[in-house]
Parts: sequence; C-alpha cells; structure tokens
Amino acid sequence: MRDRPIRDRSDESPDDRSTTDPAGTDRGQADRADRADRLSALVPRLKGICGDDGVITDRARRRTYESDGLTYHAEVPGVVVLPTTAEQVAEVLGLCSAEGVPFVPRGAGTGLSAGALPRTDGVLVTTSRMRRVVEVDPDNECAVVQPGVANLDITRAAAPYGYYYAPDPSSQQVCSVGGNIAENSGGAHCLKYGFTVNHVLGLQIATPQGELVRLGGKAPEAPGYDLIGAFIGSEGTLGIATEATVRLVRTPQKVTTLLAAFTGMDAGGEAVSSVVAEGVLPAAVEMMDALSIAAAEAAVACDYPEGAGAVLIVELDGPAADVDADAAMVRRLCERAGAFEIREASGAAERARIWKGRKSAFAAVGRISPAYIVQDGVVPRTALGEVLGDIARLSAESGIRVANVFHAGDGNLHPLVLFDDAEPGAGERAAEVSGAILDLCIRHGGSITGEHGVGVDKACSMPRMFTPEDLETMDLFRRAFDPAGVANPEKLLPTPRLCGEVPGVRKDVHPLVAQGRAEQF
Amino acid sequence: MTEGAESTQSTGGPESAENGAGTAERPFPDLLSDCVHCGFCLPTCPTYVLWGEEMDSPRGRIHLMGQAEEEGAFTDASVGHFDNCLGCLACVTACPSGVAYDALIETTRARVEEEHERPRAERLIRSAIFSLFPHRRRLELMRGPLRAYQASGLAGPLRSSGVLERVSPSVAAMERMAPPIKGKVPALPERVPAVGRRRAVVGMLTGCVQGAFFPQVNTATARVLASEGCEVVVPKGQGCCGALSSHSGRAEEAARFAERTVRTFEKEGVDAVVVNSAGCGGTMKHYGRVLREAGRPDDLVRRAEALSAKVVDLSEYLVALGPRAERRPLPVKAAYHDACHLSHGQGVTAQPRELLRAIPELEVADLPNPEICCGSAGVYNLLNPEPASDLGARKADDVASTKASLLIAGNPGCSLQIAATMRERGEEIAVAHTVQVLDASIRGLPPSALV
Repeated sequence: MRDRPIRDRSDESPDDRSTTDPAGTDRGQADRADRADRLSALVPRLKGICGDDGVITDRARRRTYESDGLTYHAEVPGVVVLPTTAEQVAEVLGLCSAEGVPFVPRGAGTGLSAGALPRTDGVLVTTSRMRRVVEVDPDNECAVVQPGVANLDITRAAAPYGYYYAPDPSSQQVCSVGGNIAENSGGAHCLKYGFTVNHVLGLQIATPQGELVRLGGKAPEAPGYDLIGAFIGSEGTLGIATEATVRLVRTPQKVTTLLAAFTGMDAGGEAVSSVVAEGVLPAAVEMMDALSIAAAEAAVACDYPEGAGAVLIVELDGPAADVDADAAMVRRLCERAGAFEIREASGAAERARIWKGRKSAFAAVGRISPAYIVQDGVVPRTALGEVLGDIARLSAESGIRVANVFHAGDGNLHPLVLFDDAEPGAGERAAEVSGAILDLCIRHGGSITGEHGVGVDKACSMPRMFTPEDLETMDLFRRAFDPAGVANPEKLLPTPRLCGEVPGVRKDVHPLVAQGRAEQF
Repeated sequence: MTEGAESTQSTGGPESAENGAGTAERPFPDLLSDCVHCGFCLPTCPTYVLWGEEMDSPRGRIHLMGQAEEEGAFTDASVGHFDNCLGCLACVTACPSGVAYDALIETTRARVEEEHERPRAERLIRSAIFSLFPHRRRLELMRGPLRAYQASGLAGPLRSSGVLERVSPSVAAMERMAPPIKGKVPALPERVPAVGRRRAVVGMLTGCVQGAFFPQVNTATARVLASEGCEVVVPKGQGCCGALSSHSGRAEEAARFAERTVRTFEKEGVDAVVVNSAGCGGTMKHYGRVLREAGRPDDLVRRAEALSAKVVDLSEYLVALGPRAERRPLPVKAAYHDACHLSHGQGVTAQPRELLRAIPELEVADLPNPEICCGSAGVYNLLNPEPASDLGARKADDVASTKASLLIAGNPGCSLQIAATMRERGEEIAVAHTVQVLDASIRGLPPSALV
C-alpha cells in the first residue's frame, strides 16, 4: 500500500473543516477556507443532481478514493459523486465550472499515472455506476456502452455474436472503457490492432462547461476535425466520456500462441527482429526477462521452461491457414535465434496458461521485492537491444535490480525497478534509475509513456520531450474545451505549482497570442 | 517528487508469496501492506457488483482497515462496510499479489465485535442467531414447529401481509429461507462399514445446519463413502465446527467449537476428516488460525493444525480416492453452482465437476458469472437481507438461463438461498448436493428421486 504521506492540501472538506493545516500561512488558510466554503455550498446541489446516495461526504469513505492504481500519490477528495446518467455528469461538470471548483474523473481507479488523483478542494466524479452495455450491434460491428463498463465486459457481451473488443490492457477485467478512452489504453495486442483511439467510432462527452456533445457515431468516418482523436488520451482534461460507440472485431478463426524460451535477452530480441523482418504481423509479441519470470513463477506458478533467461510470447490470429503458416515460420525463426524450447497452444485453456505469467507480471513482482516502480516508456523497435543493454548497465552500476517485461513488438518497455522501501534512500535511488530509463527512451527517439499516461506522475517530465512552445500550444487547446480550468487540473501538462520552476517553461505570452493569431482564454 | 516521477508500488515483501499457513504468523499490518491497490478484486466482489462503490470493494475495505490501524478505532461507517462483506473470498482468487483477505477480514470482524458497540437491535438479532444456528439440538427442536407451520398454509398470507418484514427484515428472511421439512431426522450409526474391501477409514462431520435440516445429505455422504470402500466414522458428540461464528467475528465462540471438534476427531485415528459443507471445510482447514486468533496455547494450535491437514472436502476426497462403485445413468439436465467457500475458500472447482461428469447421461451446465456469490454466505442473508436478496435474484437469473431442472451445489446455504429465490419467482427448481446426485447414480435411482 501507500508508502508516502497522503496529501490533504487543506484537510477542510465539507464535513470536517475544523482541522486546518498548522503549517499554512494566513493567506493560505484564507484561500483554503474559501475553497472549502465553495465546496460545502456545492454539496446540497450535488445531492440534488445525483441523489443523497450518489454523493459521499463522510471522510473515512472519501479516503478510500484517495489513490488510483498508483498509490505513491494520494489526496483525499473533497466530495465524491457517483452519477448514474450522462445528464447527471453534465450537470455536475456545469456546476463545477460555474463555481470554479475543480473536478477529477475516475473510472475503476486502476490507472498507473495518478491521472485520477483526487483534489481536496474538488469533486471526484466516479463513473463506476454507469456500467450498462447499451447495445451490441453485430450488423454494424459496434457496441454502445456507458463509460463505467469494464473493458472485458464488452467482449463478454459481443462474444455470443462472434465478436470481441480488441484493446486489451492487462487490467482488462477491471479497467473501465471511460478510463481507457481518457488514457488511450493499449494492451498486448495493440501491435496488430492499435490502441483505444483506433476502436472508438463515436462518443458522447460532457464538456467541462456541462454540455452534452456527440462526436462521430456508428458510421466509420466523419468529416471535419478529428475531435474523437483529440479527446481520446486527453486524460480527463477535456471533459468526461458519458457513452462510447466502439468497434467490434470478428473473433479470429484461429489463434495460436507460441512460447519460446531463450537463455538470454539478446537471442530473444534477435528473434523479434527476424519475425518482423519476415513480414509476419503477430497479434502480440511479448518478452519477459529472468527476473520477471521468477516473479511470475512465485505468484502464479506459470511453469515457464526452466533455465529461461528470456521468454518470448508470440500470438498469431486470423484465418487458420495463415495462422498455421505464420506459426511455422515463427517457430523456425525462434529456433534459428537459439530458442531451446518452444511450446504451442491453440486451446483457450492452454493459451490462458501461457498468458497467465505475463498478465500477472506487474503485481507478481511484489513477490520478489518489497517495493517497485512500474516504468512505462517507448523506443523504436530497432533500438530495443541497445536500450536493454543500457538498462542492464544502469542496473549494475546502481545496484538496483530492474526486471523487464515489455511489448517487444512495438517497443513499449515496462521496466520494473525493484527496491526495499524500508532501506533509507533506496526509494530515491530507484526513482533516479527509473528517471534515467526514461532519459534513455527519449535519447533513442522514444517517448516517456507508451500506455499508462502522463497524469500527475509524469507531468513534470513532459518538458523533456516537448518544447515550451509545444506545451503552450497544448495548453491553448485544453483551454478551448475548459476555459474555467476546472477539468482535472495539474494533470498531463506541467505547472509551476506541481513541478516548481520547470526549466525552459515559457512565462511570457505565446508567440501566436502575441501576434494576434490565437486567443488565450 | 524528484524529476522523472514514476509509478511506485510498495508491497509486503518477498515473503508475501506465502498464503495460508504462513500468513497466520505475520502481523496484521504486514498482511495489509501486501495490497498494491491494483483493483483486480473489484469485479468479483458481490457488493461492488451491486453498488459500484470503492468502500464496498475488497480494495476499499482494506483501505478502511488501514485507516482503523492508523486511527486506532473503527468508525460506524467502516463497520457498516465490513458488515456488508459477504466473506465469499472471490477477491482472494482474483488477487495477483496474494493478499490474505480471508485472514484480514476475519481478524477485523473479531476486533469489531470486541471494540465496537453495536446498536441494541443489532446486538439482539445477532445473539438470537448465534444462540440458535450453531446448535444442532436446538435446530432439531425447530423441526416440529416449522413442519407444522409449513403444513398449515399460513406462510402465504403471512408473507403477503408483510408483517414479518416490518417486525424485522432478518426474521422475514429466516422465514423465507427455511427449508421444507419432511419426516424425522434419520440417525446415522457411529460406524458405517465399507462395502467390499476397505480402502480407508474416514471421519465425517455432520455439522449443525446440515445435520438438522439436510440429514439426507449426510446419509448420502455416508452411503457414497461406504460404497467407495471407506469405513465411515461418525463421532458422537460432535457439534458445530465453528465456521458460522468465525465468519462473523465471534472469535472466542468459534475457538470453543473448533476445540471441541479437534478433540472429538483426533481421538478417532482416521485417515481423513471428510466434510460435505463448503463453509465448514473452509474453516476447518484453518483451525490453527481460529485458535491462535482466540489466544489458545501453542500445543492446542499445533494439534488443530494437525487435524486441519486431514480435512478434505468430500469431492476432493472422492476424486483422489478414485471411483470403485459403478455409476448408473441419470438422465437429468442439471447446472452446477460453485459454492464460494469451496471454489474461492478451498480452490475446489474441478473435482465436483469431474465426479458429475462420470455419471452417464447426466448433463451438467456451468452458470454464467460463476465467481459471484449467491448472497447466502452463512448467516449473511439473515443479517443483510437486502443485498442478499439482490444477489439471489442475479444468481436466479443465471440459473434460469441454463434451463436446468436440477441445481447442484456443495453447500447447504447456497441451495436454500437459490431454491427460495427461484420459488418466489415461480420458477421452482430442484436442488441437490453433489453427493446426493452421486448417491442416486450409484444406487441406480430414477431421476424422479432428485427432480
């Protein structure tokens, strides 16, 4: 659980305002009291919208929402609301905008970048009660769902028609579609099928000002700006998705999963390169190193080949003849790269056994280390071998163990930086190694996040990737949706309060604004 | 945070891999810290399924436990959320980090009972339940009046009047759930000889509710075990195993029952103690923890652990033993329901299915959403009738979707709950314990014996 003190900026949420921050200045106290008053005044109106049952003010209950899947960051929400309809969401957001109260969207609370980190001076809008599959439309190969529906539940609803929903984050049985949309989630199979953005045809969104707007629909293409594309991955800063029309993909005729064991990572990497070079497009190519294999064995007894320094999971799907031919090819290429054992699974149960180790890897690392940092970075596939070598060097130099689990097919790394939180300074050293890994990714032309998002966790790393002009342009875009600045503030983009004086962040007006070509709200 | 803010997860440490026996030795805060807050438990938690609220999920409850640790006291709000937990342990199955939620909730419940003052009405209903249910003799005394009531035709008008509901929803739930009572309790002999060559000597738990209300399940158990070559020892003087009390935080009472059960069985020198009720088996496999929790001396704890090592669910035992008696055809369309304390509590899911598959002409369907509790959960449906009946309705939908005419389960509470819910909806379904189906097949009874 949490290993850091919880942030409770004001500690003066509606029902317990007697506590004040002893360290606060007079000015700060006045501000906090002011914010608290505004929030308290909001509570009866929120109850009017969501019902008494849909508003949580009790402190013990609110605290259970203080973190999402990333417990490093915690802050007690001022109020939690649990709307059940799109109209309720829109009304809540409209109210927040009108009153200048920040709101934070939350789905299932499984995010790994603290994108749903609540605010003590704000409203946490949770979509966990909006979990109805509105319609499955096999003829148009799509489904209409509420935002709180779990990713896997779309597949469950579509399966009887011979369809499934392709994006598959490892937390797919829990994570909500709304959260997937906010983070543009991927998954093991995004190599072939793409990310969430490639699977959403239409959206209904509640804008931060409280309007309900429809973007796209069941038709595969709409003219004009791609606002769906802009909204997906916006991490709650442009509003809340209240309904989504998602693409369904036909269940493939055949799925074959291969598990190849190598003595070392280099050989595994070579196999990946040769598979890609041969023009085979697997649905997924995943790799795990010795340390993460050990963790998975401890957690779920996945029974991977003994003595493996690396395992490669290659999944092929499609028409049976293609799959068989590709599988034979992948087998040959793995053998040539030095695989000492290859297993093949075609049945669902055997396949699940192969995937079990990979899917549980993050949580499983808890079995071999008291604490760990899950990193998420991307490098071009060709740089994979070099970056892994650099990570190994970093690890050896710092004495901090790093386990590697990654989507090898698309260069999305998930290094797990292991440390003992009981050891003084270990956390800081691990954070340094983890940060250095991100630097490596950027240096090789990659990105600071592949699929976990920026949230609050990496907001201060954004200037490593983007110029001040880039960031300011993004902020202008954000303000076009959210002029009041109440939609998930301090997430995604760096702010001085969050990051201190970020080097290189411009403080004067944007050149476009200065030239009168853009308007700053 | 320093630059390059990353995702950090703190976990309980390398030894957190150990579950079961190892957990008992680890302090409560240590067990709490195993939770990495990933949320994988949410979709299998029945109350989260119903209400979609964090504090009524395992992850939320673990957070509330942490708060109580920090603050040294329980709030009324948190006690409500602990009470809402069915203790179905689906979260234990779902958890990739090996969090021992079973141990956590049991300890928490015991602390709540010790430290938290409940309102008077709640105290009354709890003590009424616990002065009746774990006591087989008292339950047997209920059989006469209950049978008379059921025969009188009063039930219909009484239910539609809603009087009981107004007096106490718990009493109304009790009335609804009461099993149909027929005839007298047939007494089991203390020793049932093996049929043919003896393969093993096993002890058999007759239990409290099972014994008083489902004596036919015990009879079938003894018969099937004997047909498979077991000499069955049914020690006199055994009573409740303590599961109901242990699941409700009545640690001292649970330990008293457990101690008596340990003493009763250990002197019989049996190869195994066979249990046909999922809830009982789940608790009996953790007797060491039950006694340690109540502060019993080490030597007794060790004796309890030795007995626990011999405890097996009936289906587990029969599969390990291998079939000997011939199975005769039983042309019935049935559905199998996983009792939580069998599937999540003991990890027994394959064995009952394997036993049933071996019966010729018996068709066995799985239910959709098999991991979700039916809402019975020991005495939960008496203490929290509303969520229990909502969950019962969901389960009834799933059962109805299979179009089966017989529902098979390995726990008496589940059968009662599901049968009562189906009856209320006018979709009556026959229910049977796995062993009753086996018994019918081995004895060559017609389907009409079950449906």
